[in-house]
Amino acid sequence: MALLQISEPGQSTNPHEHRLAAGIDLGTTNSLIASVKSGLAETLPDEQGNHSLPSVVRYTENEVVVGQEARTAAADDPLNTISSVKRYMGRGLKDIKELGGRRPYEFVDADSAVPRIKTVSGDVSPVEVSAEILKSLKQRAEDALGGDLTGVVITVPAYFDDAQRQATKDAGKLAGLNVLRLLNEPTAAAVAYGLDKQAEGVIAVYDLGGGTFDISILRLNKGVFEVMATAGDTALGGDDFDYAIAKWIMDEAGIKDDTSHHQMRRLMRDACAAKETLTSNVTAELNIELDDGSAWSNTLTREKFNQLIAPLIQKTLLPCRRALRDAGVDVADVQSVVMVGGSTRVPHVRDKVADFFEQQPLTDINPDTVVAVGAALQADVLVGNKADDDLLLLDVIPLSLGLETMGGLVEKVISRNTTIPVARAQDFTTFKDGQTAMSIHVLQGERELVSDCRSLGRFALHEIPAMVAGAARIRVTFQVDADGLLSVTAREETTGVESGIEVKPSYGLTDNEIETMLRDSIEHAEDDVAARMLREQQVEAERVLEALEAAFEEDGDLLSADERKAIDLVANKLSELSKGSDVREIKDGIAELDKAATEFVARRMDGNIKKALAGHNVDEF
Amino acid sequence: MAQTQTHFELFELPVSFEIDLPDLSQRYRELQRAVHPDKFANASDYERRLSVEKAAAINDAFQTLKSPQRRARYMLELQSVSFDDEKDMALDPAFLMEQIELRESLSELTQSDNPLEKLNHIMADIKNRISVVLDEISQQFSSSELDDAQKDTVKQLVHKMQFLNKLQQEAEFQEESLLDVL
Repeated sequence: MALLQISEPGQSTNPHEHRLAAGIDLGTTNSLIASVKSGLAETLPDEQGNHSLPSVVRYTENEVVVGQEARTAAADDPLNTISSVKRYMGRGLKDIKELGGRRPYEFVDADSAVPRIKTVSGDVSPVEVSAEILKSLKQRAEDALGGDLTGVVITVPAYFDDAQRQATKDAGKLAGLNVLRLLNEPTAAAVAYGLDKQAEGVIAVYDLGGGTFDISILRLNKGVFEVMATAGDTALGGDDFDYAIAKWIMDEAGIKDDTSHHQMRRLMRDACAAKETLTSNVTAELNIELDDGSAWSNTLTREKFNQLIAPLIQKTLLPCRRALRDAGVDVADVQSVVMVGGSTRVPHVRDKVADFFEQQPLTDINPDTVVAVGAALQADVLVGNKADDDLLLLDVIPLSLGLETMGGLVEKVISRNTTIPVARAQDFTTFKDGQTAMSIHVLQGERELVSDCRSLGRFALHEIPAMVAGAARIRVTFQVDADGLLSVTAREETTGVESGIEVKPSYGLTDNEIETMLRDSIEHAEDDVAARMLREQQVEAERVLEALEAAFEEDGDLLSADERKAIDLVANKLSELSKGSDVREIKDGIAELDKAATEFVARRMDGNIKKALAGHNVDEF
Repeated sequence: MAQTQTHFELFELPVSFEIDLPDLSQRYRELQRAVHPDKFANASDYERRLSVEKAAAINDAFQTLKSPQRRARYMLELQSVSFDDEKDMALDPAFLMEQIELRESLSELTQSDNPLEKLNHIMADIKNRISVVLDEISQQFSSSELDDAQKDTVKQLVHKMQFLNKLQQEAEFQEESLLDVL
């Protein structure tokens, strides 16, 4: 018990203490934060009692405003008020132009990998805009829960590609959050629904939000949530319903396509209001204020509305079909269909989904909050508040990963709907004598041509030992972690030399850019950078020591007395260091302890595997 | 989990082509419960890395044993049969002719009067062929040790499965584009 001495009065080192964790649904239109309090997961309201925070950020010359106040200002200050920023996450300028619809902001026409939006307080990237939303939610949670958040789970559309996921994680980092996991939105909803209803068997989660659509097919089995397949469209949602109505108004009222930003914003606002009215009424009155001061009035019937959005709903059914097939199940195998996202309130959506799945979808759970609640439940488990919990989420990669080969073709390395984490190795060789570098182009998508897939990045391999052409064998390993994020490592197999890898993301920020932004944001907050970094390292040291202590308690018998003593020595040193104020020393101390415990950790992991099946065999006989 | 451990050993199952899938899935879930990264969110960097690696290895082993084609191939590899996809394509001519015909009928679909119905026929046909090949593989594996001739036969059958699977994927792709137009 040598390690318990690090505990000082007032410091939290009790492993059984409740840690503060939250789940964040970072939505296109609205965002929410939820947390588990006294065993119950609930969304947290702001001071006015509002649970959902409009995902709108307004930049003025001296401040950043987030939420309802920003949304209200949108029509008057369209260029500095950014909404639906989720649509631009992890995308290039070219993608954004292809997204369709009128985009009411001005993008900087620069040759940068990350698009930037012009505002009065300077150019901002979508990652920074999202970070503002996250900061606002973080503040709300810390006020409500009365302490710092240990970690959060942020949800993303299941169909988000690697670049979109990375951008979301970067936004979390930029907001000063410890992002424990990116969780797919339909999976989060399934967790909230499944735990609540004690459901078992195959379920479908149909998630139509403000700007994204996902369909996931899951198998629920005694606390295990296994995603069998997922499909979707990251540029389809309620926003498009609004746009369809706005377009209809423009046609009817004779408003030209090149109308002003203000007119467009007002149209979108009125269209959205009409859509909401049509959920419970069969007609909606439209009174549109035109730029010339005159007004235009008309009635939109639900029938006409259904007709306007029919092609959009049809677009969601094809992914449903694909997901069922990839999951290897029929419509008849699906026991329930869970509806998620505000757009599933639209009656015509419910009808079409009922037709497709040949059953009434479940609408008794709140489609707006279920994702945040599910994320909060997982966050609670991840921070360790529920040590012996049965909850296990097995998710999949939504889109295939591949490499560019000769002739602009893509060779698939990992196919879509493979369970993550996943690792695949691929061997390459050199083309020329003495070649010491090569470039690998990584793509994501289902199509055969490079030009039809999404470029994730180019990996340049250096330091390949010089050999004759074809002699080197470079094994490149692609690993997708539990967040769905890709990492690449390379090694020359004949000599065992690790090749250096330089990653150039096609869309997204480099680590350096993130660091610079982080430093800037800390400076702007007038925080004491040094103090903050010290505290972070101290907390990290505390966490590592705590985890080790818990491991000793469980599996101390895996070590001989001498081995234990060697680890204790390094641990005690770290515990001493963490009382000091040298950030560098603490950091090194953590790394040293990590190294000292390597063998112990490996033995524990193997022991876990053996124990897992030992239990199984006992059950059986 | 040493490098030499086979997928069968990992799941503590006997080496056999016949596998009880629900039992395999159950074992898989229990192994994942023990190593999944979600169980190590607060652990040290090394432990988290190790957990991702182990979880990935278990996923791979599960996928290999779950799919009959991959399982057959893997079992041959365990018996020192090597696969070189570029060179190993010497299939019997009759089978290849059939493949070409099936492929042609797929590409001619769009010109037919009722492409969806015709496609359904083709897909049922492919499915049928796959199950025939599977039965043959299963029969070969019924003896515990394969002789060289049997190994060759299974290898051919595995290649046939690969062809048929590719064809099936293509048919599914066709179905998607047909439905997309509707």
